[in-house]
Amino acid sequence: MSIAAYFASLNLLKLVKNLPGGVSQGIIWGIMALGIYITFRLLDVADLTVDGSFTTGGAVTVMLILGGWPAWAALLAALCAGLLAGMVTGLLHTKLGIPAILAGILTQFSLYSINLRIMGMSANKAVSVDKYHLLLSSRHIPAAILTGALIALALISLFYWYFGTEQGSALRATGNNPAMSRALGINIDNMKVLGLSLSNGIVALSGGLLAQYQGFADINMGRGAIVIGLAAVIIGEVIGHAILGKRMNFYGTLTFTAIGGVIYYLVIVVVLWLRLNSNDLKLFTAVVVALFLAVPYLRAQKTSSFAKLRRKGG
Amino acid sequence: MLDLQSISKTFNPGTINEKKALNGLSLHLDPGDFVTVIGGNGAGKSTMLNAIAGVWPVDEGRIVLDGKDITALPEHKRASLIGRVFQDPMMGTAPNMQLEENLALALRRGEKRGLRWGVTRDERGSYHEVLKTLGLGLEDRMTAKVGLLSGGQRQAVTLLMASLRKPKLLLLDEHTAALDPATAAKVLELSDKIVAENKLTTLMITHNMTDAIAHGNRLIMMNEGHIILDVRGEEKQHLTKQELVEKFAHLSVTALDSDQVLLSK
Repeated sequence: MSIAAYFASLNLLKLVKNLPGGVSQGIIWGIMALGIYITFRLLDVADLTVDGSFTTGGAVTVMLILGGWPAWAALLAALCAGLLAGMVTGLLHTKLGIPAILAGILTQFSLYSINLRIMGMSANKAVSVDKYHLLLSSRHIPAAILTGALIALALISLFYWYFGTEQGSALRATGNNPAMSRALGINIDNMKVLGLSLSNGIVALSGGLLAQYQGFADINMGRGAIVIGLAAVIIGEVIGHAILGKRMNFYGTLTFTAIGGVIYYLVIVVVLWLRLNSNDLKLFTAVVVALFLAVPYLRAQKTSSFAKLRRKGG
Repeated sequence: MLDLQSISKTFNPGTINEKKALNGLSLHLDPGDFVTVIGGNGAGKSTMLNAIAGVWPVDEGRIVLDGKDITALPEHKRASLIGRVFQDPMMGTAPNMQLEENLALALRRGEKRGLRWGVTRDERGSYHEVLKTLGLGLEDRMTAKVGLLSGGQRQAVTLLMASLRKPKLLLLDEHTAALDPATAAKVLELSDKIVAENKLTTLMITHNMTDAIAHGNRLIMMNEGHIILDVRGEEKQHLTKQELVEKFAHLSVTALDSDQVLLSK
């Protein structure tokens, strides 16, 4: 197929048609990114638990809705399940001295079995929007966008309040300077457990939202969640700084984290529209995250590096 | 006020890196004592301060502060009694948090941190006042991230943070060593002022003999994990740097001699 034929085969109308779906799903990933923001940016830990707890959230939500629970109650239960998963990682890290990244991997690994058990030993469970009352569904995209945006806004406000309180400040201080925090009487172990719990609670909540949106929970639905979450956080930061510059405050940071999820997913929609093999998506995402993670470093290198000195010549 | 009762600490026991850092160290501080601590590298000065602060548990002995046995308390539980300033100006403040947020964290040192606002309006006013006393213009930068401040400014802020909630004991661990001479002098002057105004019981480590003589009401010299010289009052006032250096050299040599004696046995 020639290049001309390839471009001729692309249907712009089809892309436009797919964008709203991308936005609604992007908001859900944006909510997950808010959870990941707590560990990645505030606690300074890359927490790999989320790949498991995202699925846990989906599994718990679907099973409880199938069991007759109202969707909002099932979602709350998913949040609690996520809190527990995060707590396990936190305790492995603080009480048993396992490095944070390894503690997260262990919890995530064990959650695979637990998630299978939650779903009655089947790899996926469907929950039909025709039979059950769901909070959001891909069948009603405008409503899904509205619901997702409202939940995201509520979470952002909640974050803004909580991280401004004494306890929230102590949590931020723990991630920022643990030695100082101890000297000021903050129990940093407790703060780490708390932060990991909160983070995974929100990740599980977003997993519950995605399961409702797509109409099923799948044992692999959380695979790569950490990478997508990091992508959203970083994309949000870079774009937020580009737009707001020095006016970027905590509210802006949080909002752009959620928006980062949307942008990430819209990029995916475009990439799929360009007929990239969907099996290559994970490679594509990893490359995007690597690039965005490298941006701050490369920017610093531009102003001061040995390579620059070499180019200039002694 | 502070009672160290023959405390000992050995690092890496039973290994080739075994180091007896504190060796039956005893020290009594009266309320309001401002003690300067000198000694060579590895004499145990910082180790003593870390033992008091509870960075790790001691192997033997008891630590009593303000009539309370704190030997078994972890670091964060001793924080309500102790204010600290570290050698590294980066260590005492949270760089990504605002100046006023840092002060607010310090104001709540050792208190339970709940869901009330982290910084209140009333506090802001009082922070503005205390920052003004530093004379560094920081009162106009209260919402700036502390990471943007210079090392000297950060150390001044850390001092303020250590005394914002009056501690029973102030620990200054070579807190001017990483600063340029002019800034160091300023921070030292500020330390004097804060200690005097609040009548704080203070332990200050320094490598500068002149500073050690000029500040405080008492001077101790450490070697091999315990105190080998303790002068106070008038005797301290009449100390000269020359005398101190001589004593230091003499005592170090004696220590070396005893090592040789041990080895030759």
